[in-house]
Amino acid sequence: MSVKYESQLREPLVYGNKTYHDVTEDIVRPIEAKPSKLWYIGFYISVCLLMFGVYSVYREVTYGIGEWNLNKTIGWGWDITNFVWWVGIGHAGTLISAILLLFRQGWRTGVNRAAEAMTIFAVMCAGQFPIFHMGRVWMAFFVLPYPNSRGPLWVNFNSPLLWDVFAISTYFTVSLLFWYSGLIPDFATVRDRAKTKLRKHLYGIAAFGWTGSTKHWQRHESLSLVLAGLSTPLVLSVHTIVSFDFATSVIPGWHTTIFPPYFVAGAIFSGFAMVQSLMVVVRKVFGLKDYITLGHIEAMNKVIVLTGSIVGIAYLTELFMGWYSQNKYEGYTFWYSRANLFSPYGWSYWGMMACNVLSPQIFWFRKMRRNLFVTFFMSVLVNIGMWFERFVIIVTSIYRDYLPSSWSVYYSPSIWEIGFYLGTFGLFFTCFFLFAKYFPTIAIAEIKYVLKTTGESYKDNMATIEKKQADEFAHEYAH
Amino acid sequence: MAKKKFVVGCFDNEDVLFPAVKKVRTTGYKIKDVYTPFPVHGLDHALGMRETSLHTAGFIYGITGTTTALSCISWIFTKDWPLDIGGKPHFALPAWIPIMFELTVLFAAVGMVLTFCYLCQLAPFVKKHHFHLRATDDLFVMVIECTENTNTEDLKAFLTNNGAIETDVQIAEEGWWIGRYDKDEVLFEGATA
Repeated sequence: MSVKYESQLREPLVYGNKTYHDVTEDIVRPIEAKPSKLWYIGFYISVCLLMFGVYSVYREVTYGIGEWNLNKTIGWGWDITNFVWWVGIGHAGTLISAILLLFRQGWRTGVNRAAEAMTIFAVMCAGQFPIFHMGRVWMAFFVLPYPNSRGPLWVNFNSPLLWDVFAISTYFTVSLLFWYSGLIPDFATVRDRAKTKLRKHLYGIAAFGWTGSTKHWQRHESLSLVLAGLSTPLVLSVHTIVSFDFATSVIPGWHTTIFPPYFVAGAIFSGFAMVQSLMVVVRKVFGLKDYITLGHIEAMNKVIVLTGSIVGIAYLTELFMGWYSQNKYEGYTFWYSRANLFSPYGWSYWGMMACNVLSPQIFWFRKMRRNLFVTFFMSVLVNIGMWFERFVIIVTSIYRDYLPSSWSVYYSPSIWEIGFYLGTFGLFFTCFFLFAKYFPTIAIAEIKYVLKTTGESYKDNMATIEKKQADEFAHEYAH
Repeated sequence: MAKKKFVVGCFDNEDVLFPAVKKVRTTGYKIKDVYTPFPVHGLDHALGMRETSLHTAGFIYGITGTTTALSCISWIFTKDWPLDIGGKPHFALPAWIPIMFELTVLFAAVGMVLTFCYLCQLAPFVKKHHFHLRATDDLFVMVIECTENTNTEDLKAFLTNNGAIETDVQIAEEGWWIGRYDKDEVLFEGATA
């Protein structure tokens, strides 16, 4: 079989003159080396945040959700905002690994492993919020449909909140399986070159006895492809169902039919932003610039500008419908509670507009897309904006309802509500630091698979092939 | 389970591997397996393997998930406990589509991964014989099963002529066993090759 080369017009996905062994060396090095001081500091801060989060949750479980400043009008505050925010972030990983696999986007190989890890950790964080929002968290198993001694009292299968239970847990399970099945061959690589006994033993367990047999690879390829095919509609369904939590209600501001596509676009938008924040740091700290190239960063920035603009159109459509429907409640929510800068929460709406719609437009310029500082700054900005979006949707729609006597006093979160949110950051980064240290952050086998077609040094072969063909062509058609 | 004798040839380039696989097979040797660090497309066909039916299994698992969701929910909401939700129909199919879809995906994914692990005999604490440690790094390791008539020296020379950079004769256990990778255990005394 002759090796196919990719056109020189395409940017290489792997820079440098690399052999297969170099790829292994580069990616496994951080696992085998002692972590840097920076890693310890980062890990320590994350664990501290996590501890604070655990204490905040302890307060909430002990004293009830009154510990959060939720009240009768604002029943969903920071917690559900944070839930939707984390779930949204958790969409990029599967999008990168599944949808881009089906679309045969070669650049996904450099970032998919870390993005999938991020997805799993983000979904773990997201899950905490609805669970602890139940108040009596020890009753959380009531959401599971099983024959019980309470009647049996079944769950309501017609409720979007239950769909959420199924969607999030399925999403978590499938993402985990997809991620781990990809990790097995790479763990085997780490195992087979391990120098210490402990590492050999532990990675030996993690690698499940993988040998690299051709038949196993054939099945592995089939498994990855089908899991990608399954994950593609799954990732779209998850945020669609999250949007149903709002869209199936009759609250002005929530009762909107464009919610599913608008939420999915927003999820991809914030997810990619989080991937960018992490990748810009990871490639620098672990010296993986040859694998996570500027081309990767640029491709993701293109996705950000596209999805950011889709989200922007959704905002404008909502405003238009608020006026066009001539429904006074809708009009009040959209034009007074949100778009009016001087209404109590007007600042959050305009913060959202500035971060999500206006600022990403900078990525229309190639120079900006390939600038790491701009990318990092923008990725943080986008995530702030997307947090505002969920806050706007939830709080501005419910703080003033149909009955003025039940209008809320100004809602601001308590320290324990904020602490819970910070705690999930702690959980997320604790997991991510451990992942970055002990797992291959880049899919080794997948990089090797594309190395000879898209590696920088191998691309030179394409020049001779392309040139030869052009000469032959010219010769054939010359008179 | 018995130990067998194998001739191992290591290649460092997949472009050399393919013609070698073809030659070894046409000469009549039985290739047990080729261990590669990444999926080499077309190698399964070159070795004469049939396509995997793992995706068919996935389809069956998926359908099982759909039926499980539909039958359970419809039984619960129409027979076991018909809950009156604002006078709406008990058999509310459109509202069940999300859960039916999720269970389809869940069953298919979990079932396929378990089937994959079963077929490839992958599990924690499973240990297998590794013919060359660099097979997960940068070498393509061809393993040929020996019969009583095999002249190992000839075969090794034949592999070297076809581009193998390293050849070796190994007596090894074919299957898997429970073990640790940091320990070398002697499984069966005395080879029966």
